[in-house]
Amino acid sequence: MSGFAALVARDLRLVWRRPGDVAVVLAFFVVATTLFPLGIGPEANVLARIAAGVLWCAALFAALLSLDRLFAADFEDGTLDLLLLAPWPLELAALAKCCAHWIVTGLPLALLAPFLGVAFGLEPGVLLALAATLLVGTPALSLIGGLAAALTLGARKSGALLALLALPLCVPTLIFGSGAVEALATGGDFGAHLAVLAALALVALATTPWAIAAALRQAGE
Amino acid sequence: MASFPLEVADLACRRGGRKVFERLSFTLGSGELLALVGRNGSGKTTLLRALALLVRPEAGSIHWQGKDVRAEPEAWRGRLAWLGHLEGLKGDLTVAENLLAAERLRGAPPAENRLDSALVAFDLPPLAARPVRTLSAGQRRRTALARVVLTQAPLWLLDEPLNALDAPAQSAFRTALKKHLAAGGLAIAATHADLGVPGRTLELA
Repeated sequence: MSGFAALVARDLRLVWRRPGDVAVVLAFFVVATTLFPLGIGPEANVLARIAAGVLWCAALFAALLSLDRLFAADFEDGTLDLLLLAPWPLELAALAKCCAHWIVTGLPLALLAPFLGVAFGLEPGVLLALAATLLVGTPALSLIGGLAAALTLGARKSGALLALLALPLCVPTLIFGSGAVEALATGGDFGAHLAVLAALALVALATTPWAIAAALRQAGE
Repeated sequence: MASFPLEVADLACRRGGRKVFERLSFTLGSGELLALVGRNGSGKTTLLRALALLVRPEAGSIHWQGKDVRAEPEAWRGRLAWLGHLEGLKGDLTVAENLLAAERLRGAPPAENRLDSALVAFDLPPLAARPVRTLSAGQRRRTALARVVLTQAPLWLLDEPLNALDAPAQSAFRTALKKHLAAGGLAIAATHADLGVPGRTLELA
């Protein structure tokens, strides 16, 4: 367990040394989402209806932006070999990398989203629901994106390939994430949507670390 | 019962459909150094990576103290100190942070008290607080070698350890290697240059 904590701490420290990388991701999220009210115009009904979908899609794209460096940086400077040679399971290392990615991407995106939702004219209750769905759903994005990042390691144009791999896999998360917010706004069952979202995140948690570890071992060969 | 801690038998590796080496057997005892020599592309790095289980050998076995290392890969990885042709250092972390982070990643107990001697061995104390990205190639190599010393692992696997090192750094490396061997450690080093430490040589064709 100490190795797991050490890896999370190391990655967080690296992000701390280069806060610009995270700032770009969050700025992208802010700019991309505020373009919609500007482009569509001040039609409160339309905006409120599309808000959840737009914010969820933008969060997904923002998370993808930072994913292509998740393992590539370690691959290029040789620290991936040290992870492969660490005397504890590589699956835990994969989980630690995704965990650190979520702390610096998914978590701030979820906390930022309610403030952006104001621009779409969402009710306070819906804003909180939006933050809740992102808090529950973004770990799945980090894990699935981590798998795509590991699989595309060392490939040319890995960024585009990564998006192509990760986006379809993120569709269920996207549907139930924005669906939950919409359910609350239209009087549907918010709890059921959130439960499915949580289940998707747990399935990702239970499966992707093994797949990521296998992909990393392959990349190390 | 086993007189040699490390026994490699009939090892064969294939890279990109081509046989790199086959029927490779050797043993290594406590305090012994094995220098791997051979032309570019003769499989020195592949052999080191196969020993570390980073590359899956096509055939053959690796035994440590009589046990197949593939039965307990985590325990085996804990016995290795690795120096690849890439240093495995983070440019944004300082020399000291890199060494401590690498040691913590091994799940080892805090290494602060051992850090100083590893730094001193490679004349690194003046650089300890510098980010690695500001260092020269030789200074990075010295940092990576200090990481190897810090692990206190019984078997060192080194790929071209003398690369980019100047004369004082080379002699620092020799001192560290001799100390490791004198303490009963083992080392396998792929090299083009003379390591300057008495040991056996394995030539790969």
